[in-house]
Amino acid sequence: MQKLQSQPDKQGHFGPYGGMFVPETLMTALKELAAEYDRASKEPKFKRDLACYLNEYAGRPTRLYFAERLTRELGGARIYLKREDLLHTGAHKINNCLGQILLAQRMGKRRIIAETGAGQHGVATATVAAMFGCECVIYMGEVDMARQALNVYRMRLLGAKVVGVSAGQRTLKEAISEAMRDWTTNVRTTHYILGSALGSHPYPMMVRDFQSCIGREARRQILKKEGKLPAAIIACVGGGSNSIGIFHAFLNDKKVRLIGVEAGGRGIQPGDHAARFAGGSLGVLQGTRTFVLQNADGQIELTHSVSAGLDYAAVGPEHAWLRDLKRIEYTYALDDEALRAFRFLAEKEGIIPALESAHAVAHAMKLAPKMRKNQVVIVNLSGRGDKDVQQAAGILKLE
Amino acid sequence: MNNRIDQRFAGLRAQGRKGLVAYITAGDPDLDATKRLAAAFERAGVDVLELGVPFSDPLADGVVNQLAAERALKSGTTLRGILDAVRALRAGGCQIPVVLFTYFNPVHRYGVEKFVRAAEAAGVDGMLALDLPPEETTAWEKQFESSTLRLIYLVAPTTPDARIAEIAKRAGGFIYYVSREGVTGMQQSLAGNIAAMTAKIHRHTRAPIAVGFGISTPEQARAVAAHAEAVVVGSAIVDRIARLGGSADMVGQVAGFAKSLVDAVRG
Repeated sequence: MQKLQSQPDKQGHFGPYGGMFVPETLMTALKELAAEYDRASKEPKFKRDLACYLNEYAGRPTRLYFAERLTRELGGARIYLKREDLLHTGAHKINNCLGQILLAQRMGKRRIIAETGAGQHGVATATVAAMFGCECVIYMGEVDMARQALNVYRMRLLGAKVVGVSAGQRTLKEAISEAMRDWTTNVRTTHYILGSALGSHPYPMMVRDFQSCIGREARRQILKKEGKLPAAIIACVGGGSNSIGIFHAFLNDKKVRLIGVEAGGRGIQPGDHAARFAGGSLGVLQGTRTFVLQNADGQIELTHSVSAGLDYAAVGPEHAWLRDLKRIEYTYALDDEALRAFRFLAEKEGIIPALESAHAVAHAMKLAPKMRKNQVVIVNLSGRGDKDVQQAAGILKLE
Repeated sequence: MNNRIDQRFAGLRAQGRKGLVAYITAGDPDLDATKRLAAAFERAGVDVLELGVPFSDPLADGVVNQLAAERALKSGTTLRGILDAVRALRAGGCQIPVVLFTYFNPVHRYGVEKFVRAAEAAGVDGMLALDLPPEETTAWEKQFESSTLRLIYLVAPTTPDARIAEIAKRAGGFIYYVSREGVTGMQQSLAGNIAAMTAKIHRHTRAPIAVGFGISTPEQARAVAAHAEAVVVGSAIVDRIARLGGSADMVGQVAGFAKSLVDAVRG
């Protein structure tokens, strides 16, 4: 089983997935990034510095909270929430941004760019850029700018320039393309902080590594609290960084079910969802070979999710690989189910989850009641829902 | 040497002339126009026709080519349809060398092996996939080698010397030198280091070099032709197609512009 954690190969392949499918102009920068990351990750000082920022600045370790009332209401397994939502900036995204900004410093790159969907990664990037005094440009689809207006303002407060992208369906995919165009143009001075376990090598590996602190902590914490490993871990999967982050430390624990929850949107018909494993096929998009929502001619299909952070046509390549190996199972939650979970967690636990994370909660609401009361489930609460309040207010009519 | 690209570059070399590679997005505004443009380009003396395969997510393209891809997709253009158009061109006697300039996904989806056979049968001469560096072609190179189709690679200003050598070893047809760090699109001025980079590439290979990205006028094309075997002009042609749209003399006017580029590089 050690094999599971030692992926990918030198060119970034996870079995038939992953790789480096980018224009030639970016190849050298990506190879330099991979080499720098390799050097840095072997240096005790880099690890110490990163750990220090994660703890002192971002607020790690995050709590593993026993959701007693949620557990009682659902009447089955004991549910724990991994509270990534309590991190500085409100989501797990900061873990990766801190790692990458330290790499950018080492490479002498003073200009930082990023894409963002829900705005959480954009905010986290703008935050670390502010702290390190770097110029920062964030690309965001215009549809997402409208539904995540609060985060747009936060990024601007932090000194970042937010550039709206008006191409295509004006969401995360177009923001990534525009960020890659910027990077191709400014590659010598600029570091691109890609926000998920996506894109060309080394990003899927590097982002996974920077996020895998979530699972290492959770494993230690649950053993201390319960004296045993959980029966299941549930996380939402957009690109797949919070999920691979919490799953990775448990890959060798064969008895722990690992469950990724994609966005089912309005249902699994083309254009209505973002569940790549339910409606996708093998393709190459934005640097990587993986499961992609596409038509018979290889054109990328439109996606839909109530949650901007899950609204993307491709899934991280390591997820495709671990699914083939039957180590991770994937399911989806519909918009309505996620919204119900969003409200349920708020009412029962006083915690408003991000709409992304609400997809994981929604699946826990289906699964936990069918489990025994002495079994344990961990839900990765990857982000907080403050950013979604305005959007939710437009959908959920509360008196 | 039964490949039209190889034959054309051998001919240019024998005559001591430089070539003009013209890029258009296939299916912009529709495939019928593409066929008429191809025939008119051949008459205008264009040496190689690069046919862009429209893709929904063209991350290496600037706005002009992004919009062209949108128009082409809206007119229902598919890879299959483009191969049919090339087949029809060949049946009509058109012999202009044709390179498909594509993102990898449409070809990957079609099936690489199946694509190589179908493209060869249709009369395509080469493929250049923007997001398929040599690291990722190992699995498929053999299929290209056993066909008459040339697999064309890019070299960028950021490509280090050792990597140029590696790419040169594997290059088929010609080497496409991307003269600018950035995406496709028209530019006011030329990139500064074209002469130095083409000289560097020439030290590694006798393969012809075509220089592209950001070359928009006959004057710029003439200046670049001093350093390479051919010059690629794309967005400036595509922009004219966009502006002239469905007007009756679109093909004539665009071919006239192509002729001015051909004359400029031939000197």
